[in-house]
Amino acid sequence: MTNHWVDIKNADLILIMGGNAAEAHPCGFKWVTEAKAHRKARLIVVDPRFTRSAAVADVYAPLRAGTDIAFLGGVINYLLSNDRIHHEYVKNYTDFSFLVREDFSFDDGLFSGYNPEKRSYAKTSWGYQLGPDGYVVTDPTLANPRCVYQLLKTHYGRYTPEVVASICGTSKEDFLKICALIAETAAADKTMTIMYALGWTQHSQGSQMIRTGAMVQLLLGNIGVAGGGMNALRGHSNIQGLTDLGLLSNLLPGYLTLPGDGEQDYTAYLDARASKPLRPGQLSYWQNYGKFFVSVMKSWYGDAATAENNWCYDWLPKLDKGYDILQVFEDMHRGQVNGYVCQGFNPLASAPCKIKVAGAMAKLKYLVIIDPLATETSEFWQNHGEYNDVDPAKIQTEVFRLPSTCFAEEDGSLVNSGRWLQWHWKAAEPPGEAKGDQAIMAGIFLKIREMYKKEGGAFADPILNLSWKYKRPEEPSPEELAREFSGTALKDLADPKDAAKVLLKAGQQLNGFAELRDDGSTACGCWIFAGCWSEKGNLMARRDNSDPYGIGQTLNWAFSWPANRRILYNRASCDPAGTPYDPARKLIAWNKAAGTWSGSDIPDYSAITPPESGMGPFIMNPEGVARFFAVDKMAEGPFPEHYEPFESPLAANPLHPNNAKARSNPAARVFKDDWDSFGTADQFPYVCTTYRLTEHFHFWTKHAPLDAILQPEQFVEIGEELAREKGIRPGDSVRVKSKRGFIVAVAVVTKRIRTLDIAGRKVHTVGVPIHWGFMGVAKNGYITNTLTPFVGDANTQTPEFKSFLVAIEKV
Amino acid sequence: MALQSLDIKRRSATTTPSPSVRKIPEVAKLIDISKCIGCKACQVACMEWNDLRDDIGTNRGVYDNPPDLSDRSWTVMRFAEVEPTPGRLEWLIRKDGCMHCADPGCLKSCPAPGAIIQYSNGIVDFHQEACVGCGYCVMGCPFNIPRLSRKDGKAYKCTLCSDRVAVGQEPACAKTCPTGAIVFGSKEDMLEHAAGRIADLRERGFALAGVYNPTGVSGTHVMYVLQHADRPTLYQGLPRDPGISPLVVLWKEIAKTLMSIGLGAAVVGGIVHYLSQGPNEVPEEEEETS
Repeated sequence: MTNHWVDIKNADLILIMGGNAAEAHPCGFKWVTEAKAHRKARLIVVDPRFTRSAAVADVYAPLRAGTDIAFLGGVINYLLSNDRIHHEYVKNYTDFSFLVREDFSFDDGLFSGYNPEKRSYAKTSWGYQLGPDGYVVTDPTLANPRCVYQLLKTHYGRYTPEVVASICGTSKEDFLKICALIAETAAADKTMTIMYALGWTQHSQGSQMIRTGAMVQLLLGNIGVAGGGMNALRGHSNIQGLTDLGLLSNLLPGYLTLPGDGEQDYTAYLDARASKPLRPGQLSYWQNYGKFFVSVMKSWYGDAATAENNWCYDWLPKLDKGYDILQVFEDMHRGQVNGYVCQGFNPLASAPCKIKVAGAMAKLKYLVIIDPLATETSEFWQNHGEYNDVDPAKIQTEVFRLPSTCFAEEDGSLVNSGRWLQWHWKAAEPPGEAKGDQAIMAGIFLKIREMYKKEGGAFADPILNLSWKYKRPEEPSPEELAREFSGTALKDLADPKDAAKVLLKAGQQLNGFAELRDDGSTACGCWIFAGCWSEKGNLMARRDNSDPYGIGQTLNWAFSWPANRRILYNRASCDPAGTPYDPARKLIAWNKAAGTWSGSDIPDYSAITPPESGMGPFIMNPEGVARFFAVDKMAEGPFPEHYEPFESPLAANPLHPNNAKARSNPAARVFKDDWDSFGTADQFPYVCTTYRLTEHFHFWTKHAPLDAILQPEQFVEIGEELAREKGIRPGDSVRVKSKRGFIVAVAVVTKRIRTLDIAGRKVHTVGVPIHWGFMGVAKNGYITNTLTPFVGDANTQTPEFKSFLVAIEKV
Repeated sequence: MALQSLDIKRRSATTTPSPSVRKIPEVAKLIDISKCIGCKACQVACMEWNDLRDDIGTNRGVYDNPPDLSDRSWTVMRFAEVEPTPGRLEWLIRKDGCMHCADPGCLKSCPAPGAIIQYSNGIVDFHQEACVGCGYCVMGCPFNIPRLSRKDGKAYKCTLCSDRVAVGQEPACAKTCPTGAIVFGSKEDMLEHAAGRIADLRERGFALAGVYNPTGVSGTHVMYVLQHADRPTLYQGLPRDPGISPLVVLWKEIAKTLMSIGLGAAVVGGIVHYLSQGPNEVPEEEEETS
């Protein structure tokens, strides 16, 4: 989230799209009801299904699964063509006036530089025109046809209400009603918040759906303000922490990135990331990349990391390709993976295309499961009748099950969707032989280190030199780990302005990332978390909910990264002169007398830089402003374009009916053998989308009797019209099949799933909740991901769980 | 179980005068259907607080689960897909359970002394230790709430967490409701809160929003805020004008007369039961759902 849960109460308008907050986040959803009750906020829900969120919405509109870019592109077109944008904001805080290179083009669905064989783009043309001073050339009059504003207008001019209706199946009337409501928040004192979740991420163009939402918010001036923002509702209580700490295969902690194969040179690696300002007077905060990076390496390798060995840069793996979940299971399926450790992960149920995942795991020599529950993955080799019909005699994989603790059985911090690191305390002792994850990982590490010490081996340095200075090496405590990721001074730190003054003594906890150094004198496991455990103590454990400004900015409750800042880009809540756009929802303001920015939040800005300096509010970008034109940051283009899902009822992209290359995301990676696993509309005519229910949490709570009582048995949802066509009545058993397999479940026939009119033809939707499997106390069911396709978003590789094709029949 | 901190105002089949020294405000639970997201947290809270575990059932083609009230499910969510305005779907989700009528049909029809009581705060409670399992409360209830247990033959329903309320806590469902759709307090405060909610709903286009506090049972201590107060039956059959069956009223008069001449309640119960329902059997419907 750019903002945080409590802040949703400050919104005047709430758009839930690509998510179902009431269903999946019922506790956080209370802030929506607060906004409705106390600000008379309106709630809009746009979703293929009339959801639990829609049940309490003021306006609901359906759309076909996977067409969100078309819908939002239509909103952008509406806002631009009706001139309902926040002019001062876009002019000063975005790239509207920036000139784009002459060789950048967009032609019938493809941007310049496309290579169809590689399914990727050469992105050199996706850049700005640079002046002789190295800065981007701008045209403040916005008249230049190469300025971002003009290109944006042209690009989205095609997304008319008629086009939206024909692609999305949303009626023109509903669409325009929603546009009109959204447009009201272009006023400086009105805000809209967007709440989204996996309904946007789990598409082959998911990242671009989110970008399109962000572009709508930028046009309206709704980023950086209270009650606004782009708010990703995370699916696990600590999945935000997972990404923050860099557990994705291409990341290092704090969104630093692993080097690629071609980046053997340390200096070149840093230079590529420590971006110099692209406009005069900009902060371009990533210039400090080296400080963050060196501090991580000191945290990991301690004294072994020195300036002479480039802080052990050579020990880092250099990526030849991504190692996302799809790639790993592809490699495993090809027999190229020997062993696999599943820690808190149930891929047989959670990964797409069960038949491929199960086949891949059968080729492993060993599989290690670290989990509090007996997961389906740990039983993938067992025959569970129709739900897992395998022959154990043919599977030679050795499976080790290491029981771990559940969150309530351990101390530690969780990072919520709003970036708050909240400490929690153990509520119960773990059962049986269960051990904490630290103890399990430490046990494996110490054993491996011992073996390397005794027996030697290839490239032992990173293991032998890993810093492991815990009081109990066999089980590092959560407190020690937290102090480590928050950061420590390794030497006395002198004040850069006054060498005689010592800011921190060696061994003291850092106050924040501003104190990080690139000379090896600081260690910090995750720069964005710096200061969460300072000399003041464990700030994550704070529980002071006092709210001096009355807008939910409880700065002494837990710790919010970065720097305890609650709302990102909050400088943009003020006009260029530093005065809040809405004094009633003041985040920060320039205090001329004091010469500082201050208010209800920690400024996301240089705290002493006056407004007239011209420094932009988006300090992480070298431009200092937010980007509509994403330059080379996205795989499939600088502007989001609607592409069809990989399995679509339409034979062509309605925007590019004659260009087969632009039917689905041209830059999405598809493994060679998987093309044949995609079905077509003649055999599988219905759009299918998978989702979660309030009654359950992923594949865990089917092990809990209370949840199993509330929703005991697997079901699928279909609309009344499809049910009539197929002779299916509520409660009937039905078979849903895709090109990759089938499931059998009970039919729920509902008015809440409408048949949509897509370009003159009827399209039915089938909804499939994910929660069932063959382990636990709920009724056994099929793994929903038997059905889903093995393809992901072009940038994140998040699988396309939300839109694919199926057929359905009564059993 | 009588609680010292609550006075009993009325007991079934008893003529002993009630205590009247203490002044206890009437309480109420207000369920705002326009805020309800059907998350069923209230069902879980109810099961946990009251140590109830219903069977792990099946899906019958709807979201409702368990599918009906039972001796172990004292509250359930009822989901209704309706189009009060043609073409504009609404998903109305109603938390069903005892309404705690000011004039409780169950208590009036109960022949077992003290099996059903009403506290001075308005809560209607079943004391299973005194319950004879005759099922008259089922017949007497205008909302179809009490359920007979197949296990012990006794009648069960929501207690409005009388044990929690007795010590100044709100019912478990109200405590857990994440959206504030369930609130609890004095009946007066709840009516005032409802008025605010109704004004909000009217401003959002629900011109006939209103509170459900039916006069046929002299009002209830569980009330609803309805978007369509003119059409309560939209909400999975919430009765438009609930009242106590004339048969129960008649029985009450006979019982009073008979008791005053010293006849045992059991005899009366037997006669009326035979006349109204025939031989004592657990109805088929309850057998299925319990």
